[in-house]
Amino acid sequence: MTQVAVSPHVAAAIRIAREVAGPVANAVDKDARFPNEALAAMKEARLLSAFVPRELGGFGCGMLELSQMCEALGQHCASAAMVFAMHQIQVACLVRHGKGQPFFEHYLRDLVKNQNLIASVTSEVNVGGEMRNSICSVERQGDRFKLDKDASTISYGAQADDLLVTARRAPESPANDQSLILVSKAEYTLEKTGSWDTLGMRGTCSPPFKLRSTGGVERIMPESFADIASHTMVPFSHILWAACWLGISTSAVSRARAFVRKQARAKPGTTPPSALRLAEVSSMLQMVRANVHDVANECESLMSQPDAGTEVLSSIAFALKMNNVKVSTSTVLFDIAHRCMLICGIMGYKNDSPFSIGMHMRNALSAALMVSNDRIFATNANMLLVLKED
Amino acid sequence: MIEDIRAILKEHGRLSVDAGALAVDADLYQAGLTSHASVNVMLALEGKFDIEFPDRMLKRGVFESISSIQAAVEELTAGAK
Repeated sequence: MTQVAVSPHVAAAIRIAREVAGPVANAVDKDARFPNEALAAMKEARLLSAFVPRELGGFGCGMLELSQMCEALGQHCASAAMVFAMHQIQVACLVRHGKGQPFFEHYLRDLVKNQNLIASVTSEVNVGGEMRNSICSVERQGDRFKLDKDASTISYGAQADDLLVTARRAPESPANDQSLILVSKAEYTLEKTGSWDTLGMRGTCSPPFKLRSTGGVERIMPESFADIASHTMVPFSHILWAACWLGISTSAVSRARAFVRKQARAKPGTTPPSALRLAEVSSMLQMVRANVHDVANECESLMSQPDAGTEVLSSIAFALKMNNVKVSTSTVLFDIAHRCMLICGIMGYKNDSPFSIGMHMRNALSAALMVSNDRIFATNANMLLVLKED
Repeated sequence: MIEDIRAILKEHGRLSVDAGALAVDADLYQAGLTSHASVNVMLALEGKFDIEFPDRMLKRGVFESISSIQAAVEELTAGAK
């Protein structure tokens, strides 16, 4: 990626990843603390509003640039990359579905100025990971609403400035008739109801919380969450997560490469046996990279079409493709990290060696769980009953 | 045809309201139709009317109301004749 010419905004993310996020990645992981330094640097570089269109004061970056930023961050601090990705997914929902809405356009202009961090509240106790179902509902009272939610996890909930929350549209609505609501820190409280002491992705700080919020009804996005999810939240989530995971894979492979080179230098003239394993893992990495870049490119070109690609974005074929990116990259990610561990041997197993792969493996394990791959496979299996792809 | 569509929705749509009493232009998703259930509705429609929904028709808008389903089925059965 470094050989390819990148935009100045992507270059800023690459610099922050290397100089700010990377040096404290071990501390973030060890203490399960929020990557404050990286987020402060990204705010400074105005990257939290990178996706906001130019006419609203942002950089007008597209999916491709966002994915390159996530990939760069993922190479140095997976938690910082994931926080950045999750924030951008929320911004994308606001930009693409708040268009023409005075409240949301005003909010996005403020976002450029204030660099607010937005967290997602889609999970709910007793619903689990099924994002398209809610128990809680929006209760309208005149031009105000009340919304309480028992969330099973809110990533960087304690650090966020604003929250984007799913809920049933009204108290009488069925579980899957949902709205998306932007609530602001001045109008909500979060009560932490559990801990976040996990195997990996420790810096995302994602414990469960009880949310209590109110606000003006203009904060309820007009479109149904079903459309927002299929047109924006799912494609942005799966592609940007996959870009973070590509970054983790790239970092693991570059450690393995450095290890093999060191072995080769020790015995010039002979190819170390581990070089064969490196050749193998390099081809796997190339497949992941091609997969992520292909869908990021496709999404960007679709979304820049006059109808914003709405026809294609709402098709089953597209949903299947987006789901496939998620399940395939999240599965191969752990395999790549594991193979890199085998290449580096005991030096990969040690936590304090420059060839350590432990954190990569622990972080990689989260990928198949954040929206369970089995749940996605079940959805795909269902869609394949009617999809012809001929 | 409307009655057949209602019967299929009743059996496979898992709606939170009675499909027999729904207005033809009522939003089925607001009536509780999930993506998963809509696939079963499609399969039942394909069986009942001996049609196959082409991929271009596999999107939310086509299944959002009884009348939009009717329009899609009519388009496909007209093509078969």
